[in-house]
Amino acid sequence: MAKASNAARPEPQRLNSVEELATLRQELLDSKDPNQAEIVVCYGTGCLASGARQVEAALKKALKAADMDVKVRPLIKTTGCRGFCSQGPLVVIQPEGIFYQKVSPQDAEDIVQALAQDAGPVQRLLYRDPKTGETIPHEKDIPFYKLQERLVLRRIGSIDPTDIYDTIAAGGYQALAKALTSMEPEQVVAEVEKSGLRGRGGAGFPTGRKWRGALKAIEKKGRPVYVVCNGDEGDPGAFMDCMVMEGDPHAVLEGMILGAYALGAEQGYLYVRAEYPVAIEHLSIAIEQARSLGLLGENILGSGFSFDVRINRGAGAFVCGESTALFTSIEGKAGEPRPKYVRSVEEGLWGRPTVLNNVETWANVPLIIENGGDWYAGIGVPHSTGTKVFSLVGKVNNVGLVEVPMGVPLGHIVEEIGGGVPGGKPFKAVQTGGPSGGCIPYELKDTPVDFDSLKAAGSMMGSGGMIVMDERDCVVDVARYFLRFLEEESCGKCIPCRLGLTRMREILDDFSRGKGSQKDLEDLESLAQAIKDGALCALGGSAPNPLLATLRYFRDEYLAHIEGHKCPAGVCKDLITYRIDPDKCTGCTSCARMCPQGAISGEKKKPHAIDESACIRCGICLETCEFGAVEVF
Amino acid sequence: MVEFEIDGQKVQAQEGWTVLETARKYGIHIPTLCYHEAVKPSGACRLCVVELREGDWSKVVISCMYPVAEGLKVFTDSERVKNVRRWILEMLLAECPASEEIRQLAAQYGVTSTRFAIHDPDQDCILCGLCVRVCAEVVGANAISTVGRGVHKQIGAPYLEPGSDCVACGSCVTVCPTGAMRRRLDAVRGKPKVELAR
Repeated sequence: MAKASNAARPEPQRLNSVEELATLRQELLDSKDPNQAEIVVCYGTGCLASGARQVEAALKKALKAADMDVKVRPLIKTTGCRGFCSQGPLVVIQPEGIFYQKVSPQDAEDIVQALAQDAGPVQRLLYRDPKTGETIPHEKDIPFYKLQERLVLRRIGSIDPTDIYDTIAAGGYQALAKALTSMEPEQVVAEVEKSGLRGRGGAGFPTGRKWRGALKAIEKKGRPVYVVCNGDEGDPGAFMDCMVMEGDPHAVLEGMILGAYALGAEQGYLYVRAEYPVAIEHLSIAIEQARSLGLLGENILGSGFSFDVRINRGAGAFVCGESTALFTSIEGKAGEPRPKYVRSVEEGLWGRPTVLNNVETWANVPLIIENGGDWYAGIGVPHSTGTKVFSLVGKVNNVGLVEVPMGVPLGHIVEEIGGGVPGGKPFKAVQTGGPSGGCIPYELKDTPVDFDSLKAAGSMMGSGGMIVMDERDCVVDVARYFLRFLEEESCGKCIPCRLGLTRMREILDDFSRGKGSQKDLEDLESLAQAIKDGALCALGGSAPNPLLATLRYFRDEYLAHIEGHKCPAGVCKDLITYRIDPDKCTGCTSCARMCPQGAISGEKKKPHAIDESACIRCGICLETCEFGAVEVF
Repeated sequence: MVEFEIDGQKVQAQEGWTVLETARKYGIHIPTLCYHEAVKPSGACRLCVVELREGDWSKVVISCMYPVAEGLKVFTDSERVKNVRRWILEMLLAECPASEEIRQLAAQYGVTSTRFAIHDPDQDCILCGLCVRVCAEVVGANAISTVGRGVHKQIGAPYLEPGSDCVACGSCVTVCPTGAMRRRLDAVRGKPKVELAR
């Protein structure tokens, strides 16, 4: 094993049948002492960034030093992302499910002592409901978790992702066992078709139909056929796939193995961006462990079916998340898309029939096979079945990873699970679908979050990024941001994308300086249509979407920029002025001390003033002032 | 034989042909920049776009790569098609102001001025990649490629230095739709020691 796991584990021994897998699982479950406490430290990216590693070290130290009078010493375990990223570092005490938030290394002693003396939870570390002000000790009772339905994420936060035995004990590879013993490959495809699962990468193409298409192509062209996992997640503000690969890599692997079994593939590829080193590490460990147990590679579980995967690392090009660019990249060429008038299921990787699915799509497959397509189709809404994982970010209290059934109203996700906008005001809009998507304004907060409703509202599901905007976010600035992002990420192969994105952004740059006319707006819309129609791939073809969606719902705000020369959100620097309200200013001098330009002057305890000619409109004074005296207009 | 319609005209094509090949056979004009019979199409310039319609359904595709199919209804000069071409040409006018060929082509489609700022008045390369493809597919020398990505993309030899892979055959200069390779050849093969063209 690549990493020492939490508990003493048997030496990996190849499993030669489904029965041996069942025996191993039973042994693992039997060896677990139900009374043994587990101190679970979240090792998601957010918690790591806020100090989870130090917390874990302090807990280990405290545990070692503690005079334990409990029958079984607690285990310390690290897991993938628990999702409530804004409250990290997170520590959960199992089996009770006591949830500690914002834990620091100094808290380790108290956490361990509370366990040792059976003294109940450490009160100060518990989550406090902002509405009632009361503490909520158990994770499952916290609104953020209570209102979710965690299926894809079901094991993340409870298993050690680097320990295959932990996954197996928690039910991993049960779907594979079921398929190998009681299902023909054809039945696996039929079950996925029945489930109604649609691709989680963005476009929402029915997965079963894709697999069926590949089977038809194989009839014509024969094998080899390839299964590929798209782990090149790159939308700004999106981290769902990263957390799935990091937190439950075997779910993705098992999905791919099932897909390979259904299609008769012998080789699979996991295309993961190199900027996800932990995901790559955990997947590599998972692959190695699965191989050593005979769950991957030659003659899987003695069934005669062989399949192996390799990891290809993306070198930092967003466009390689596009299917054909991803294939050219795996083939060793520059990652540029090619026209897909012939579909990938017929002519994909190396010109062979290929099934490419996104990380979350693959992770759904074991659920479907284990519980049945009908069960899955009963979750969500008729044309968008199952659940969807979202990364909820931006101007929202509960930033994190959430999973809800399809069809839940957008407002429910933002306001109930997300806890609304800090300060309690309504949100302005929610950006979904990343640079290819659009935004949904507050007025449409009852829009059900499913593939078709979001599309009808001028946005799209995308891969699951959900960026909440409030009144201090400017739509012109947001549209500019996404265009600038794609301008940098365009591969440059086709002219509409390479030149068009820059030209659209230049027009928006002018808007942000208050320059522009009705004619410019019309040109922008006409050019956007030309790019949508003319660009080679989906990156360019969908690049105008954030602009068109914001124009659709916030045209007045665009007009305010070009006709009124004002930025109502107070963002576009050329159009705003900072001023201090002398009635509210207490003369505390903090803004003057913080101003990087020295543009604020005034005597102590007397109203201050901003020198407009020196002000660079960075907004630090606004953030610094505790009295609301700094105004933007 | 595959039968379909281009601009209302009934046409016949061989299985495996593209819409553009069929149109050319019937003398129906579709403009192109990055297309050349000698190499495989790549779909870079997007000037050869046509619209496919079926009832309410409509889609813009590139004719140089779209395979013919029974019953297609192709429109080579619809409003959607003209809009794509017009904007490509208007952007190329600003991007490659030094190219007379682009200016003439744009004028044919009614584009005589551009609303966009000119960043480089000497630019004449549209980065269609024909030179790269002919060097790889026909000559087999692979002396040049596109270098960099997106807005930073350019045509050049490895490390942007003259290399020995170039056999100075001039194929890239011949296929270049704007004559831009003329100026760049020396940067690929190196400056000849003796002035030959005398």
